[in-house]
Amino acid sequence: MAYSDKVIDHYTNPRNVGTLDKSSHKVGTGLVGAPECGDVMRLQIQVDDNNVITDAKFKTFGCGSAIASSSLATEWLKGKSIDDAMKIDNMDIVEELALPPVKIHCSVLAEDAIKAAINDFRVKNGLAPIESEKVHH
Amino acid sequence: MKLPIYLDNNATTPMDPRVLEAMLPYFNEKFGNAASRNHPFGWVAEEGVDYAREQVAKLIGASEKEIIFTSGATESDNLAIKGVFEMYKEKGNHIITTVTEHKAVLDACKHVEKLGGKVTYLPVKEDGILDLEVLEKAMTNDTILVSVMYGNNEIGVIQPIKEISAIAHKYGALFMTDAVQAVGKIPVDVNKDGIDLLALSAHKIYGPKGVGALYVRRKGPRVKVTAQMDGGGHERGMRSGTLNVPGIVGLGKACELCGQEMESEAKRLSAMRDRLQTALTVLEESYVNGNVEHRLPHVANISFKYVEGEGLMMAMKDLAVSSGSACTSASLEPSYVLKSLGLSDDLAHSSIRFGLGRFTTDEEVDYAIEVTKKSVTHLRELSPLWEMFKEGIDLNSIEWAEH
Repeated sequence: MAYSDKVIDHYTNPRNVGTLDKSSHKVGTGLVGAPECGDVMRLQIQVDDNNVITDAKFKTFGCGSAIASSSLATEWLKGKSIDDAMKIDNMDIVEELALPPVKIHCSVLAEDAIKAAINDFRVKNGLAPIESEKVHH
Repeated sequence: MKLPIYLDNNATTPMDPRVLEAMLPYFNEKFGNAASRNHPFGWVAEEGVDYAREQVAKLIGASEKEIIFTSGATESDNLAIKGVFEMYKEKGNHIITTVTEHKAVLDACKHVEKLGGKVTYLPVKEDGILDLEVLEKAMTNDTILVSVMYGNNEIGVIQPIKEISAIAHKYGALFMTDAVQAVGKIPVDVNKDGIDLLALSAHKIYGPKGVGALYVRRKGPRVKVTAQMDGGGHERGMRSGTLNVPGIVGLGKACELCGQEMESEAKRLSAMRDRLQTALTVLEESYVNGNVEHRLPHVANISFKYVEGEGLMMAMKDLAVSSGSACTSASLEPSYVLKSLGLSDDLAHSSIRFGLGRFTTDEEVDYAIEVTKKSVTHLRELSPLWEMFKEGIDLNSIEWAEH
């Protein structure tokens, strides 16, 4: 199976690899997946006072498509309000990276990671977590 | 040095130019049907096949009359298992095999179960080797066949074939082995090893794809298998179908070359393999899978913890290797062989199989070491699990959302 150029680009030059201070109340952390399943994503967002994501970082254990999906997600998150970030759909990632059907779960995981990070931020700041209307699994 | 480098010689091997050369005349000038008994075209083709039969037999210590040519080891495995079951079902209906067998054996056994047979799939020890006591306990008066692979395709572990066949025979069962990975790589002798049926393939030993053989013992005991394909009654009635003469000639030549070069080649390969393995297990949290003493000379299966296998293979893009990671298949299940060693799923996901071969050079191994080390280190920097491990977080203490 050949990878798309965009997957290779994100995989080879992953954007925004790293770690934000997870104890900060301005940082939301989403850790999704499981080692047994072969992919774990950790996505973090730094949110300013206007609820705009000023920075995003990721680390991913997984295949090339999983790494590319999370790298792309951090790129999209930066500069977005958390409300807009919540609207990122896994199919947007599938389309952008031209993921084949067997790799769609990588994009699902990235979407889950975004939502988990936002909810972590919300809970830390006294807001109720937003229930995702989509059920993936 | 030419890139990419091929280190997946357990999947298939490049054809040796000497094999190709031996085959070429049989495509055009010697094109006859080996079954044509009444003209020189047929005789010439038959001569080629007969000579190949001797070459194959010699490599495994058999007589040429005991070699049945097939389309490959999958067919040989199917013919042996289903053919023995059909031929001997009056005697008993029980077959014993192991969980680490190739799918061709496992699925042929499943087919036998559908036909009313009973199959016991024995577990293996943590090092991949079958426990002889476990085997002996599983033997019954109804056991007609024990099928255990010679060398494993994923981890290279070599089973104690002599001891296993002795147990099978003690209980009156036949012993069959899928020896695809072992033949031509280590000495295999059907008589010394007590083998009644043996499957082998040309393309794993620098021969062409689409051709293999099944060894079927003729003396002590005389073994018979029921044909699985009806037709002209070729191959002593056990395998109908016009013989693939060029392929068979290639298989013969491949066997001859292995016989001549195996001893020195095994030394060269195991030295290179050990060098690769030593260099890579210097990396923290890397583990060799399977028994390292009883192992084929050219294989090393290594898990690099906290790095996912497919992701790793993508980083090592100039190395052609293989992984037990689920992501390499559509199934999302990691290698059943590695899991049967008791490896946790995450280690199975992190495994890479390096398979060296006749054309692998020292320079290529050096390159492979460099690239693998660099890639593992790079991907660990990207891995949240590695970061947690480094922070001393017990990954088992986290409630993972399995998906």
